[in-house]
Amino acid sequence: MRRDFTTVAGAVLRRNLIHAFTNPALLIPSAVFPLLFFVAFAGGLSNVANVPGFDFPSGYTAFQFVFVFLQSAAFGGVFTGFAAAADFESGFGRRLLLASPRRRGIVAGYVVAAIARWCFTATIVSVAAAIAGMHVDGGVAQLVALVSLALLVNMTATLWGVGMALRFQTLQAGPAMQIPVFLILFMAPVYVPLDLIGGWVHDAASYNPLTALVESGRGFISGVPDVVGLAYLAGFGLVALGLVWALTGLRRAERGV
Amino acid sequence: MTSVLDQVGLVARRSVRRTLRQPALIVPTIVFPLFLLAVNSSGLSAATDIPGFPASSYLDFAITVCFVQGAMFAAITAGTELATDVQSGFLNRLQLTPLTRLAILIGQMAGATTLALLGAVTYLAVGVIAGVDVKSGVGGAAVLIVYALFTAVAFSGIGATLGARTGSPEAVQGAFPLMFALFFLSSMSMPRELISIDWFRTVATWNPASYLIEGMRSLVITGWDGTALWRGVAIGAGILALSFWSASRALATRMART
Repeated sequence: MRRDFTTVAGAVLRRNLIHAFTNPALLIPSAVFPLLFFVAFAGGLSNVANVPGFDFPSGYTAFQFVFVFLQSAAFGGVFTGFAAAADFESGFGRRLLLASPRRRGIVAGYVVAAIARWCFTATIVSVAAAIAGMHVDGGVAQLVALVSLALLVNMTATLWGVGMALRFQTLQAGPAMQIPVFLILFMAPVYVPLDLIGGWVHDAASYNPLTALVESGRGFISGVPDVVGLAYLAGFGLVALGLVWALTGLRRAERGV
Repeated sequence: MTSVLDQVGLVARRSVRRTLRQPALIVPTIVFPLFLLAVNSSGLSAATDIPGFPASSYLDFAITVCFVQGAMFAAITAGTELATDVQSGFLNRLQLTPLTRLAILIGQMAGATTLALLGAVTYLAVGVIAGVDVKSGVGGAAVLIVYALFTAVAFSGIGATLGARTGSPEAVQGAFPLMFALFFLSSMSMPRELISIDWFRTVATWNPASYLIEGMRSLVITGWDGTALWRGVAIGAGILALSFWSASRALATRMART
């Protein structure tokens, strides 16, 4: 039984990775977009570090790196959701459902594929940050913790995307997958700490679960951990919600087979 | 035999109808830049405290980014529609008619231009309601709309070049990150003199998009700044001439092939 699950997940993983890494039109945007954001935010807005009240010990490059790192994780998940939608649009997904002895393995396969795809992007973004001279004051354990937060974001976005793909079974659902993720990301403290955000975005960011993950990630990279418990609570909560969303989507897709 | 203007009108009517019948195209073009404006103006409101920042409100400073994003959407719309016509064989059928290449090219951009106009008017209206103070007054606001439209037409030429050359809507969409990069590496979010990373400031200084943005922005935050305006218009005119020339060549090659 367990072997069926891993066999299905492994097959979906292998297919996704081959498709993603042999298709430059898919690979390049997923790597280029986070880099662009990183360059634009850390480079173009570097003077924001001189705003009165901005006090981040590791500098603005590290401050922005954490956001872009989590953002790349989220978009890695969304891009995998696109791949799942494309699979179902072409009819492959339906054949996959028919052939799988353990269909939950399909969801697991997409999740692991998203992690593998994000590892590639995360490496590129991290190398770019190192070249840009980013200061890292956190220790190895804290950097591992930062990666674990990003993995939670990646898994949540993938489960959201796959859930949408299983429900709509068309790539036309792409904007509906992408826009909520974009909204949640940009309703977090992107450019300055929460205290320096003005207007209604401050209120929105205060209630946004991603804010805790971003703030905690920034704490890890600067070696001063902050809101760690809340961040993991929010992260695991989001994954749990995503899992329910994806599995109910799977159940709905099964009814159509 | 109809005049070129009549021919343009025929193609333009179809292009405008086709664009306005796609809510999936209109809604993101209008909503997305406004959402980013709202988030950025709140998120970066503290940036106005940086010594030397040229505006007292980041909303005033950032409103022109919406117009630039509208121009990018226009470019992608123009390119995608032309590429779709190539892919579906509609362009082949047009060649059986007496329509000239110029009429097809200009007419095909009407949809994207209309979308850009719709966007520009909405961005400005929402901006003014949210508190944007256009320093150049009502006349400046009108010039801003014309300027935004001019930029959108210039960028539509780039989209049309891609659409005619590749004949693939996916390839046109794939060019979006490149245009995004062009604007990201400019003075879009911060005045050039306040960019503290040297290489970024150098890239932004050499990036023609910076001057397009600064020309537009001057109307909002400065008033009538002749230097910023003529630089922006000159860059826009250059892009317009080059993009239309290359689009015309690409279309000629495409039509010769069929």
